[in-house]
Amino acid sequence: MANFSGSDLTCLRGERLVFGGVSFAAQSGDAIMLRGRNGAGKSSLLRVMAGLLSPRSGQICWDDENIADDRIAHQARLQYLGHQDAVKPVLSVRDNLRLWGQLRGVKNLEQEIDTALDVLDIHHLSRVSGRYLSSGQKRRTALARILIGQSDLWLLDEPTVGLDRESCGEVSRMIADFRSSGGIVIYSTHIDLEVDNPVILDLDKFAIPMVEWLMEHSEFDDLGPDPAQEAAQ
Amino acid sequence: MNGFLAILQRDLRLALRQGADSVMVVAFFIVTTTLFPFGVGPEANILARIASGVIWVSALLAAMLSLERVFQTDYEDGTLELLTLSPVSLELLVLGKVLAHWLTTGLPLIIAAPLMAVMLNMDQNGFVTLMIAMLLGTPALSLIGAIGAALILGARRGGVLVSLLVLPLYIPVLIFGAGAVEAALLGISATAQLQIMGAILLITLAATPFATAHAVRQAME
Amino acid sequence: MHRFAKPSVFLKLTDPLLPWLAGATAILIATGLYFALFASPLDYQQGDTVRIMYLHVPAAWMGLFCYVGMAICGAMSLIWKHPLADICARATAPIGATFTALCLITGSLWGEPMWGTWWVWDARLTSMLILLFLYLGYIALVNAFDDPERGSKAGSALALVGAINVPIVKFSVDWWNTLHQPASIVRMDGPSVDPSMQLPLALMILGFTCYYFVLLILRVRLELNERRIRALQLSGMFDERSDQEAEKANSYDAGHNAEASQ
Repeated sequence: MANFSGSDLTCLRGERLVFGGVSFAAQSGDAIMLRGRNGAGKSSLLRVMAGLLSPRSGQICWDDENIADDRIAHQARLQYLGHQDAVKPVLSVRDNLRLWGQLRGVKNLEQEIDTALDVLDIHHLSRVSGRYLSSGQKRRTALARILIGQSDLWLLDEPTVGLDRESCGEVSRMIADFRSSGGIVIYSTHIDLEVDNPVILDLDKFAIPMVEWLMEHSEFDDLGPDPAQEAAQ
Repeated sequence: MNGFLAILQRDLRLALRQGADSVMVVAFFIVTTTLFPFGVGPEANILARIASGVIWVSALLAAMLSLERVFQTDYEDGTLELLTLSPVSLELLVLGKVLAHWLTTGLPLIIAAPLMAVMLNMDQNGFVTLMIAMLLGTPALSLIGAIGAALILGARRGGVLVSLLVLPLYIPVLIFGAGAVEAALLGISATAQLQIMGAILLITLAATPFATAHAVRQAME
Repeated sequence: MHRFAKPSVFLKLTDPLLPWLAGATAILIATGLYFALFASPLDYQQGDTVRIMYLHVPAAWMGLFCYVGMAICGAMSLIWKHPLADICARATAPIGATFTALCLITGSLWGEPMWGTWWVWDARLTSMLILLFLYLGYIALVNAFDDPERGSKAGSALALVGAINVPIVKFSVDWWNTLHQPASIVRMDGPSVDPSMQLPLALMILGFTCYYFVLLILRVRLELNERRIRALQLSGMFDERSDQEAEKANSYDAGHNAEASQ
């Protein structure tokens, strides 16, 4: 049983405190849904989980080992889907997907690509260049990417953007299949994606005012606002 | 190593599909070089005197102009983010991308250089040295330039900025590159200059992947 | 509110230092100038022109000193990831660039009567010019981002890369210069500097260095205060609607929470 957890995470983006004191824990087969208004830090939290962003405080562990200690191992086990599809306009869908498979060192790559394309129902597009794809088809290509190769953790940032209702069902099925094979899914979404009893993490609860947070973190004195001047006057 | 070859192959394929990029770099190089005779006059011995410097300066500018596409498009469409997250060390991927950049810009410049040398009336005994010097110098240009290209990701006015960052760092390559050709033209051995250029190439080869990967990670934050 | 009254570590350390440094700067530069302009002998070849040197040499020293300082800050930011190092590097750059420009200007003012030309492609002048370009590149990079923190970080990386490159640039320029330069140029570093000239030179160098630290402290303070203001604006303290509540303590907390729960 794999175990993915984070404790007391604080995230600072461009001098703005996004959230503070977030903790979460997930076991194999779990799903966590991130909720919150715009700017609550859903994307930031997913990026922190992926290791793209280092948290201001707190740590994230996989099987009780900090992910910052072995980034390559963490990157090998996760699949991240961001806002952008990363589909090159001049490469065919298959060529686009091939790079990501090669980087993960996937064996039987062509077969895996075929399977992934079948799951997302875009196999007929495999030779079409990226520039002729609609935005929904690009999104499906990006979704096909996360099916290629072995992974234990999916971090999906708005996976259903640009998809129609039917495709959303496919995404739900993908997530269910992945969970039943022991994967952990953490996702944010605006529409209701049909996922079986996900744990809901509401980031609005962790939006603490900057001033309050600073009062408790004196080591931050030199780096951020300190209303000492104003108070003294 | 697989990751290195994969990114190299992908970048080369991209460059071939968007063939205009490589051609444009060479065209820029040729046009810039041909501007000099208009500026200094068509007198053959003056042109012969400044040929090596002119060729190097034009090559520098051409290499610099193509830097933006090393990381910029990948940054904009989210590819760079995924490369940072792939289970291959980012340093290796950066090296692959730089090699692809050199193969699609540096190499064509080396092939075009003798042609421009002929047009500028350069003496024939400088040709071989010119090509060897460029063979050692242009990879260093791509490597140094990659740092600049990575540093400006997400900046306003990136194109102008990269020239301000990178051109001062190109000066050693220019000095020794042009110096080697000049020595050969004077009939002196250019070994010393070429050895120093080799040293510069090795230093940049050792240092730039780390600096560039660091800059890319910063840009992802 | 009492917890707010704790001044930050930087202010705590630099506050008592600042008046002393400022005083030292004033005294050192004043006495240095007195010795330089009145109490030092004329050069038998250069006449009064030699007095330019008392500005030129300290400015050149400061140009190099500031770049080394920036590189050290860059290294510290890389190793310890302390944002104060980024801020120091960022605050140093314009000071160093100004001193480098001052060095080039005084050098060319000196060169005109001595060499009969405003500019020669001498190895030192050329190196200083390239140093100025490196400064300008750094300043442009730091200011090119919407997020100032990102700019500072990128700048620190650039300062470090530049510092590795500076010796290579210096070496190649020297090499280039010996190859191309006719040996007729008078070099400023004579075999020895007269002791009567050493004193004002030393005073001026010390004075300039103190001046740099005064400026650095003021600029870092400015940057820290600007960050505070930005963060306070983001935290909703300056919301116009809560003007009438502004007198009541902690009104911003209520304001923010109300906003957050919307």
